[in-house]
Amino acid sequence: MNPSSSTTAEGVLPAHDAHDAHHDHPSYLVDGTTIKSWLLTVDHKRIAIMYLVWILLFFLVGGIFAMAIRIEMLTPGPTIMDAMTYNRTFTLHGMVMIFLFMIPAIPAVFGNFVLPLMLGAKDVAFPKLNLASLYIYLAGAFLALWGMINGGLDTGWTFYTPYSTHTTTTVAPVLFGAFIIGFSSIATGLNFIVTIHTMRAPGITWFKLPLFAWALYATSCIQVLATPVIGLLMVIVTGEQLFHFGLFDPARGGDPVLFQHLFWFYSHPAVYIMVLPSFGVMSEVVATYSRKNIFGYRAIAYSSLGIAFVGFFVWGHHMFVSGQSTFDAGVFGVLTMLVGVFTAIKVFNWVGTVYKGAVDFKTPFAYFCGFLFFTVFGGMTGIAVATTSLDVHWHDTYFVVAHFHFIMVGATVMAFLASLHYWFPKMFGKTYHEGWGLVAAAFIILGFNATFIPQFLLGNYGMPRRYFEYPERYQALNVASTAGASLLAFGFLIIAIYLVYSLAYGRASGQNPWRSKGYEWLSASPPPTHNFVGPQPTYPEEPHFYVDPKKAEVPDVV
Amino acid sequence: MSSSAHSAAASPGVPRLAQHFASIEVQNHAARLGMWLFLSTEILLFAGLFVCYGCYRYLFPEAFAAASRHLDLTMGTVNTVVLITSSLTAALAVHYAKEGKNGVVALMFALTIGMACIFLVIKGFEYSHKFAEGALPGPYYRMEAVQLPGVPLYFTIYFLATGLHAFHVVVGMSVLVWLMFKAMREKNFGPNNYVAVELGSMYWHLVDLVWIFLFPLLYLI
Ligand code: HEM
Ligand SMILES: [Cu+2]
Repeated sequence: MNPSSSTTAEGVLPAHDAHDAHHDHPSYLVDGTTIKSWLLTVDHKRIAIMYLVWILLFFLVGGIFAMAIRIEMLTPGPTIMDAMTYNRTFTLHGMVMIFLFMIPAIPAVFGNFVLPLMLGAKDVAFPKLNLASLYIYLAGAFLALWGMINGGLDTGWTFYTPYSTHTTTTVAPVLFGAFIIGFSSIATGLNFIVTIHTMRAPGITWFKLPLFAWALYATSCIQVLATPVIGLLMVIVTGEQLFHFGLFDPARGGDPVLFQHLFWFYSHPAVYIMVLPSFGVMSEVVATYSRKNIFGYRAIAYSSLGIAFVGFFVWGHHMFVSGQSTFDAGVFGVLTMLVGVFTAIKVFNWVGTVYKGAVDFKTPFAYFCGFLFFTVFGGMTGIAVATTSLDVHWHDTYFVVAHFHFIMVGATVMAFLASLHYWFPKMFGKTYHEGWGLVAAAFIILGFNATFIPQFLLGNYGMPRRYFEYPERYQALNVASTAGASLLAFGFLIIAIYLVYSLAYGRASGQNPWRSKGYEWLSASPPPTHNFVGPQPTYPEEPHFYVDPKKAEVPDVV
Repeated sequence: MSSSAHSAAASPGVPRLAQHFASIEVQNHAARLGMWLFLSTEILLFAGLFVCYGCYRYLFPEAFAAASRHLDLTMGTVNTVVLITSSLTAALAVHYAKEGKNGVVALMFALTIGMACIFLVIKGFEYSHKFAEGALPGPYYRMEAVQLPGVPLYFTIYFLATGLHAFHVVVGMSVLVWLMFKAMREKNFGPNNYVAVELGSMYWHLVDLVWIFLFPLLYLI
């Protein structure tokens, strides 16, 4: 355990209740205040906070580069950088956002923090592995960033061969960094799966798992099953770059399309690693603020597993124009649409939950509304690009850029912000200013739309992605997109200000400010080191149990 | 599991319970499940290589057949036998750990490690042989005898796969060395405390299993 943590019982369980005075159980935030007690902690909550700090930092880095991209696109010719710098800029932006922000964001921060609480457990199954995964993540991140600064990388985050094995920029450290980060992702996923299997408190059966836990479970399965494949690929490409073996180089008999198959075999499921946890968050949020029992609990739980499963069979939709047969393209297209079906199941259930609910329009709920829009719109365009004939037109245009930003940035960042606000009182025991929360949410949601809707149009008019100059006629829409990005950035700034302010001066929130029925609110806010003091809570009700649908037709208006 | 304050007091045959687990059974269950998941990621890691192998074998069937006939079948076969036998001794270690015969456990692991060394030495001979012949990956290939397009790719895959496997052998050996010393010094494996031995052996079986696939793919067909 962490060296300076409480002096209370360490070791066997029952001894814990021996001295049960409150001052014996300080919150995890103040239980040990040395730097070492943080850096070497094995407490899942402290690890989550450390992840949060780093992930926000990387989000800032990625965001600065996003703004650089948008400023460059303000004018048709060069604006603030040359072509090579532009290539490196969008690569760095994509790399950082995908591998350092989107993939770990929700599982590593909020999953880590609330999953054990939701299960009534004292920690995750392997606390040391949890800490190791944080440091592995940081090691990989710094190696990759070091490579990108010293020499840079101009391949885009997809590292397509044979370009990536021939470019003179520093591919090796960046790829190797990505490989290392993969281990962190696997470790987190493995830890969560084992935790959910073995650490549920008595009374929490599989079908009493909160939906966020179900979503994390499905996500973890993808992490464990897909990541090794890209790990291998990263190692091979690093080797190719250094020694030119030619495995993916057509000049030496290798097959670059094989690279794309292996790459997308991971990277398509990876987009569900990013988006499934968001779905889970939203199930929690929607039930809490509608004050209504979640509609279609089992359908939502199963559809997460469904998405995780079909997610493995759709990678070919990234290669419609790579020369695969029409038949293959058709199969991949149809399978892709199945993902849409599973997502639609969730969407209908969320809407069904809000219907006739007593909606409490707090900040997280505002993000839920934004999320619903981005998911539906982004999902619909996903169905559109899964249609081979249409995708041939849109492939590698801004339409695709807009599509994945709608889903990944729109939906996932909404969920990230919703989690941040929803669990902020749980994590820090403080409240933030609701009015500022709603104002910032408005900026963010409008900003996203203003940034990416013009990009859909640009793509449809034929503007290719990753080009640094463009014909005059695309300028108006590019300017609109940059203006939208500024709104977005402004929204983030507001959030940063009021959340930091609340950390210092916020009112104490009390244990359960939202009067949520989520299991994680059964412990104090912020929780003590071992999560629960005294006898373990019992779990007689289902999660998300606000109104018994069988007994009450009318929601209990409060 | 240093999270237990009682580590020093651990008595023979009694495993330590980390404070966040409800019981020893749950803790062991978690450890096993974790190991199975980890092993499945290892298999998937190699699966990527098998996919590469399959694709290039399909693209260059003659080249692959010709190149594979250039490997030393005797050495490969001996290595296969050595590795399978080492898996047996690793399994026996678990058996004796359950009976609390810590000395035999250490012996079994010593045998396993010894065979792993033999495996690596033989592998080293094979490698140096290939280096001398010029049967090297990609651009470094310069073996006069076989000149077909695709052969350099075969050797790329050969070195990647066997290299990655050898790396796993080394990792596995380190785990087994650690367990061997544990059995010798602490002598506390027994009917209630053998999960560590079990997990170490499981890892070793994986190393064996991967080789069982590599051997026919690379040497036989
Ligand atoms: C903050 C607002 C953001 C803006 C204005 C923005 C803008 C852009 C632009 C202009 C591109 C380059 C498109 C191209 O040339 O092909 C791009 C690429 C990309 N962005 Fe963002 N982005 C933002 C946030 C994010 C976030 C949060 C993510 C996290 C997933 C993200 C992920 C990506 C990815 C994966 C690419 C593709 C990179 C590539 O293909 O090389 N972006 N973004
Ligand atoms: Cu995809």
